[in-house]
Amino acid sequence: MSSDRLAVRKTYKLYVNGAFPRSESGRTYEVTDAKGHFLANAALASRKDARDAVVAARAAFPKWSGATAYNRGQVLYRVAEVMEGRHVQFCEEVAAGEGLSSGKARAAVDAAIDRWVWYAGWTDKLASVLGGANPVAGPYFDFSVPEPTGVVAVLAPQRSSLLGLVSVLAPVLAGGNTAVVVTSKERPLPAVTLGEVLATSDVPAGVVNLLTGDAEEIGPWLAEHDDVDAVDLTGAPARRAMELERLAAGSIKRVLRPPAEEPDWTADPGLARMTPFLETKTVWHPMGV
Amino acid sequence: MTSVFEYAPAPESRSIVDIAPSYGLFIDGEFVDGSGEPFKTVNPATEEVLSEVASGTEADVDRAVRAARRAFTRVWGPMRPADRGKYLFRIARLLQERAREFAVLESLDNGKPIRESRDVDVPLAAAHFFYHAGWADKLDWAGLGPGPRPLGVAGQVIPWNFPLLMLAWKVAPALATGNTVVLKPAETTPLTALLFAEICRQAGLPPGVVNIVTGAGDTGRAVVEHDDVDKVAFTGSTEVGRSIARAVAGTRKKLTLELGGKAANIVFDDAPIDQAVEGIVQGIFFNQGHVCCAGSRLLVQENVHDEVIASLQRRIGTLRLGDPLDKNTDIGAINSAEQLARIRELSDVGEAEGAQRWQPACELPERGYWFPPTVFTDVSPAHRIARDEVFGPVLSVLTFRTPDEAVAKANNTTYGLSAGIWTEKGSRILKIADRLRAGVVWANTFNKFDPTSPFGGYKQSGYGREGGRHGLAAYLKGADQ
Repeated sequence: MSSDRLAVRKTYKLYVNGAFPRSESGRTYEVTDAKGHFLANAALASRKDARDAVVAARAAFPKWSGATAYNRGQVLYRVAEVMEGRHVQFCEEVAAGEGLSSGKARAAVDAAIDRWVWYAGWTDKLASVLGGANPVAGPYFDFSVPEPTGVVAVLAPQRSSLLGLVSVLAPVLAGGNTAVVVTSKERPLPAVTLGEVLATSDVPAGVVNLLTGDAEEIGPWLAEHDDVDAVDLTGAPARRAMELERLAAGSIKRVLRPPAEEPDWTADPGLARMTPFLETKTVWHPMGV
Repeated sequence: MTSVFEYAPAPESRSIVDIAPSYGLFIDGEFVDGSGEPFKTVNPATEEVLSEVASGTEADVDRAVRAARRAFTRVWGPMRPADRGKYLFRIARLLQERAREFAVLESLDNGKPIRESRDVDVPLAAAHFFYHAGWADKLDWAGLGPGPRPLGVAGQVIPWNFPLLMLAWKVAPALATGNTVVLKPAETTPLTALLFAEICRQAGLPPGVVNIVTGAGDTGRAVVEHDDVDKVAFTGSTEVGRSIARAVAGTRKKLTLELGGKAANIVFDDAPIDQAVEGIVQGIFFNQGHVCCAGSRLLVQENVHDEVIASLQRRIGTLRLGDPLDKNTDIGAINSAEQLARIRELSDVGEAEGAQRWQPACELPERGYWFPPTVFTDVSPAHRIARDEVFGPVLSVLTFRTPDEAVAKANNTTYGLSAGIWTEKGSRILKIADRLRAGVVWANTFNKFDPTSPFGGYKQSGYGREGGRHGLAAYLKGADQ
């Protein structure tokens, strides 16, 4: 135990299709802590990286959406379990990136882990709460069930680098969607570590893809990508939100508009982040003998 | 093929309707002149001009929105929910009382067979008001979050295929949830909406709660783009839906879109063929195929293809095309010259691309807009008639061998509104229904609608639901779903 041991630093990369590639563009950018000290060089994701991520998310969709709700719940709970084991690391990254005291950073990490638990418990209740039988005026059995929308592009919050990220990602996954996430630009490191958690938590490859970089640069490509079904603009720069929503209109994407300012992520989430990425399917069948 | 039975004409009397030579806009409880150039609405079965209708300009729309805002703030918003419900019950009853009049008027203005307007459009419209009336004072129990509140003024733009029914789908949930309405009916079918204005007056509905502004695309645009509209609901083409989604981008307006479709109607080899054939006919020829959820792509399992097609052609040979007011008519008129041109164009493309066109020997009336029921076989998934929405009585037939192939072909479309499955095997129905990316799946039936049953699309068929508990969310603030 020598105290003068030189630390082995981590290379922060993207998380796409279950692997950790560098940006195909070869670009990186410097990430600093809240005081401006160097923390790491993060990969600066490109348009091509975003497209690769969409391909991965699309390919992962049938298996993830087709898994039983119980299974999805267990996988999301597993994410919480594995995060718990990395608690110290997350606290350090959140404290450094967001400039929080260690107590506040711990509270944010605790809440992020608990958020996975909350959503893990939702997977097998959504159909009961949001679906049901419809008493049509005729000899038919008619029922409605919620189903995932598909591939969701998420522009993650810029300030809350872990709790905010989990708060927008977990609800997308709980409903059975797959995700392409553009992380906080200036605070991307907890996202990369979350990728390492996801890679070891039985979340199938491609279900979550994390792109570190600039939502302003990649956002438009995702918003207009025809194989993206929905966009969450929560972390979009306010001045670009209208343009992104317009681009999303091209293929009639579901759009979750950005809030006027970044919300308090410690508040009880409710269903409002799941329902925008759920479709309702109604099935009819005649009754007779 | 000649018809099996000859029927003597059995026309419904049109004396029950009293069409005025001209109509104004219905704003703040009064009919007022429009500032735009009035337009004519014609009977598509005869090309007879039925009436001249006012065209709303931006200024007219502004007047209507201001009336709706006033009514929302002063009357409809503060009203006891139970009383709002009672107004809707009144409207439902009035529609039932005057059902025949609405049915005849709808058939005259739209061209659809009286059998359909009488048995489907009008009763369902009344049912929508009756259903939503009951919700008005029960929204706290709708499971849409605590204390759901209305949005304010809803701007609604509806299509010409089910004029009164689409009005009901839009107006009933908006009013039940406490919103007020500015509605723009389709340019070619404004008359039942204008008769509905009279129903609002008979119901004693406070002025400004429902405003009806007739006109063409520009009028609709003015409704959608008005700054004081809180909610936009649109049913129509995907192309217009896109432009509306762009127009409301960056605003506070809540948007629901019910757009086009290219539904697969999948027939497995174990299906009862006669029932399936009825379902295929109902799926594509109901309302001349002017149905966004029409079963326009028939996917039939290869080993029963010939049997199904032969049976289908025999059945189509018995369909009677002609006078929409004749109670024996199965297929009425195409709604407009413009739509007829589109159907002709796409059918010609179908032939040019190599598909086989089949039409029964079928005499078309000399005047009016008509297109015979049409079946294309040898259609490949790349053909335009397999991809584009025709919105007419044109069926494209494709084949498949395995359930996986059926699902892959059914989902191979940018649309996702509806689908059909025909098989005797229950487990197969549930599995296929689960895998189809469509908002409504009819198994061993097709084109069924009910106010309690949520309707709406996946993918580019739009978003939001109409009907059921789900449909209320589109008109409520803070609704979690």
